[in-house]
Amino acid sequence: MSTRASGRTVGGLRTLSLQAPAVGLLLMWMLIPLVMTLWFSFQRYNLLMPSVSGFAGVDNYYYLLTDPSLWTAMGNTLLLVGWVLVATVVGGTLLAVLLQQEFFGRGVARLFVIAPFFIMPTVSALVWKNMMMHPVNGIFAWIASLFGLPAIDWFASLPLTSVIIIVTWQWLPFAVLILLTAIQSLDDDQVEAARMDGAGPLAIFFYITLPHLKRAISVVVMIEMIFLLTIFAEIFVTTSGGPGLATTNLAYLIYIRALLDFDVGGASAGGVIAIILANIVAFFLVRTVAKNLEN
Amino acid sequence: MMTSSTNSVAAASMAVNASRARRSVLNRKLVLTLVAWTIALMMFFPIFWMFLTSFKTEAEAISTPPSLFFTPSIDGYIEIQARADYFKYALNSVVISLGATLLALLIAIPSAYSMAFLPTKRTQTTLLWMLSTKMLPSVGVLLPVYLIFRDLGLLDSRTGLIIIYMLMNLPIVVWMLYTFFKDIPKDILEAGRMDGASTLQEIFHLLLPLTLPGIASTGLLCVILSWNEAFWSLNLTTSNAAPLTAYIASFSSPEGLFWAKLSAASTLAVAPILIFGWMTQKQMVRGLTFGAVK
Amino acid sequence: MRLSHSMLSRRRLLSLAALAALTPLSGQASAETITVATVNNADMVVMQSLTNEFEKSHPDIKLDWVVLEENVLRQRLTTDIATKGGQFDVMTIGTYEVPIWAKQGWLTKLDNLPADYNEADLIKPIRDGLSLTEGDDQGLYALPFYGESSMLYYRKDLFEKAGIDMPAKPTWTQVNDWASKLNAPDEGVYGICLRGKPGWGENTALLSTMVNSFGGRWFDEDWKPQLDSPAWNEAVNFYVDLMNNYGPPGATSNGFNENLALFSSGKCGMWVDATSAAGKLYNPKESSVADKLGFAPAPIAKTEKGSHWLWSWALAIPESSKSKDAARTFITWATSEEYINLVGETQGWASIPPGTRKSTYENPAYQEAAPFASFVMDAINSADPTDATLEPVPYVGVQLVTIPEFQSIGTQVGQQMAAALAGQTSVEDALASAQRSTERTMRQSGY
Repeated sequence: MSTRASGRTVGGLRTLSLQAPAVGLLLMWMLIPLVMTLWFSFQRYNLLMPSVSGFAGVDNYYYLLTDPSLWTAMGNTLLLVGWVLVATVVGGTLLAVLLQQEFFGRGVARLFVIAPFFIMPTVSALVWKNMMMHPVNGIFAWIASLFGLPAIDWFASLPLTSVIIIVTWQWLPFAVLILLTAIQSLDDDQVEAARMDGAGPLAIFFYITLPHLKRAISVVVMIEMIFLLTIFAEIFVTTSGGPGLATTNLAYLIYIRALLDFDVGGASAGGVIAIILANIVAFFLVRTVAKNLEN
Repeated sequence: MMTSSTNSVAAASMAVNASRARRSVLNRKLVLTLVAWTIALMMFFPIFWMFLTSFKTEAEAISTPPSLFFTPSIDGYIEIQARADYFKYALNSVVISLGATLLALLIAIPSAYSMAFLPTKRTQTTLLWMLSTKMLPSVGVLLPVYLIFRDLGLLDSRTGLIIIYMLMNLPIVVWMLYTFFKDIPKDILEAGRMDGASTLQEIFHLLLPLTLPGIASTGLLCVILSWNEAFWSLNLTTSNAAPLTAYIASFSSPEGLFWAKLSAASTLAVAPILIFGWMTQKQMVRGLTFGAVK
Repeated sequence: MRLSHSMLSRRRLLSLAALAALTPLSGQASAETITVATVNNADMVVMQSLTNEFEKSHPDIKLDWVVLEENVLRQRLTTDIATKGGQFDVMTIGTYEVPIWAKQGWLTKLDNLPADYNEADLIKPIRDGLSLTEGDDQGLYALPFYGESSMLYYRKDLFEKAGIDMPAKPTWTQVNDWASKLNAPDEGVYGICLRGKPGWGENTALLSTMVNSFGGRWFDEDWKPQLDSPAWNEAVNFYVDLMNNYGPPGATSNGFNENLALFSSGKCGMWVDATSAAGKLYNPKESSVADKLGFAPAPIAKTEKGSHWLWSWALAIPESSKSKDAARTFITWATSEEYINLVGETQGWASIPPGTRKSTYENPAYQEAAPFASFVMDAINSADPTDATLEPVPYVGVQLVTIPEFQSIGTQVGQQMAAALAGQTSVEDALASAQRSTERTMRQSGY
């Protein structure tokens, strides 16, 4: 009993000394800017108007929370994250199953599929905007014209959908990579046994493959969620958050406050709200995804 | 006689069946090949098209219908190289992403070790809290960071970006390493401890060799993420430390006809990391099979 | 043994890599290096390509370029100058920023310019736009690199075919009428191209001039936003109808550069935009319509006032710069008559940075290469930022309002107008919501 207790103390000390650098650095990374952000969020602070300064009370929060664009931005954030998650998880699972089969040139085909993951978000947004979805010179416009259809003006008529398509294209390979890895560890004997018992490919997929992938899917959902919540470059390059507010997500809204209005107070208030949201999401992750990972 | 003829009939029908089966396997394989390659080419098409366009003249780049056959020209490349020295930016990208990755691994390994082998009640919470730090939009803390960097003299320095990227990737790195370490049976480490190994020795001699594939794939992911980060690199550098994401920013808005030049700059910016990614792809998958996704 | 050996070498590798990463770039000690931030417009790219010429004549100064697109440049420069980051020695900024930043004491006053710079040669409205004209700190704060107003470009060949004569002062109603005649999407020609890309320097600039001419204004004398006024409604409705009926697809992503590409590849019948495009449109190497190009004053509706804008890109030195003298040497060189001649001789006279000096317009070589020269000069001279609206206003500016809040207001309004153009909302709703957001912004800053 006493040894265990002392062991725990030693363990505790060791835990502390080992975790300290990472946790400490992240604490600094979080806390110093966080404290400054909190401080700024209660200040009247506009970079362009240094003469206007002083304590602002809750004004920054008041203006932010009563701004209808905040709620639009939150809605857009959820739509963007949700649709991309659905598309990459479903598409990624199907593609992973497909790429696991034997076919000619499998190695090269896999390389082609995962390639978009390595491309800078700025570059992929530029390529999609100017070469794929451009209503005059784009490939899609040309394909439409082959069928005698009018070209779609993607970023004007389907702005959020267009952004979702681009982001999905970037993150699908990540899902495929993770899920393909997971499928490869699936026990062949189990599949074979199921097939002997007369299970069709669909039954095998739903009763064996999918449950096996549960953990991997949790990983994909968690990692992607972290990155998708702060999607910025794709929106900045393609639609600048518009038309209107159609593609303004929370990250972009804060960007507008910080680097177009140069309203540091307002942007900081937005940052604080984003931090709160991040913690809510983290809580949600603890409750659902992390549980999957533990088992 | 009778039996032998039945036998040969049976053998013949079996052979037919076998060849039919083989043919159907072949058919299945052909169909799969067709479907998989169609999808693969569709996924790859935008990158291929960017590459192709970079060798066109500006007029060919926007011609309708799109021109597939043309005389390749490297004018676009020559023109952009005259404007900005690609190699300076590329070198910065290499140094910064490798530096940030090594630093992140160095700090994350002990931390992930303690979380995996000396877990406490708070481990899960700490881990998720770490991950949640990544959900804060960078732009929200730009000004505080800019002010801190100004006072520390870190603006436009490689060191500054290395630190930022290290912090940015640390949560993911710690988490991934944690999942790899957790799979190592405790007995192995216990055995080492019996022999009187210190914690550091334990980590270096036992843990790292065992989880090397996992660490490698974590590092690879970290390099890719650092290479492609475009917000801090743009806002915290001017010229000395500017990496390829900043290089792209000077070509990203149109100016007259710009498609071929933009494609050339984009191709140059993504080529190193794409080739790197392709070459290490097997390594990455192998590493991942050790960890959480297995 | 083997383990520890490999561990050692790995460790050494790590520390070596870390060292390499942390070693700062060694700069050249002999020459003073100045960092020049500029926008990636064609004229600035030419300036960058002449770096060698400057360094040859000034061996003690080295130039380090940061070339960024307009939006990114603006946010980089503002962050740096407002926090006194001191990252740049020369900044490329516009008529909008100069007076605001100068008033904050962020820019170096440029008095006692060398005699051979010939300050009096600078065109007056452009020069005034870069100066503080009242208060204790009166003076010039930036040197103009190029200046522009706006005008109407049209295709002479298409106008002839349709039997239209261009009058001396076209109106917007006529433009609408002509656009309907020229519009032939099947042949790849659209009646008119106008800016639709959201941004205070993009669609908002054009719309402001239209609103001015339709008799509207941004604010009344008590700084009350006027976006819900009939004049705005009429102007924006007119613009949206015109573009939807006779404009190209994807107009909401067309800014100056995109429209330049469209017009120079022969896809537009008319185009109302910056006078600085003329040089490019007249250059047969860059434009397929060089020999068919016609030009006229920017169209008017109810009043001529404020129907064409005034803008210049200028070079300024931030107070936080540590190499002010070298920076001054560079900006006086880059905006001098000598520089303009250098560009004329090496790049062709039509490609010189226009709109800054009277001497440019008196130069026979330029007059010959640029038939639009005197025309542009008149447009710039007649644009008056202090009297650009039918009704009185408390602000200065034609296509903008020279207050710090305008950047935000102009962008929000631009977004709403783009939404109306894309058909996502009605013009009425867009204007109502633009009015609301403008009121919020003004209230927030205590007007």
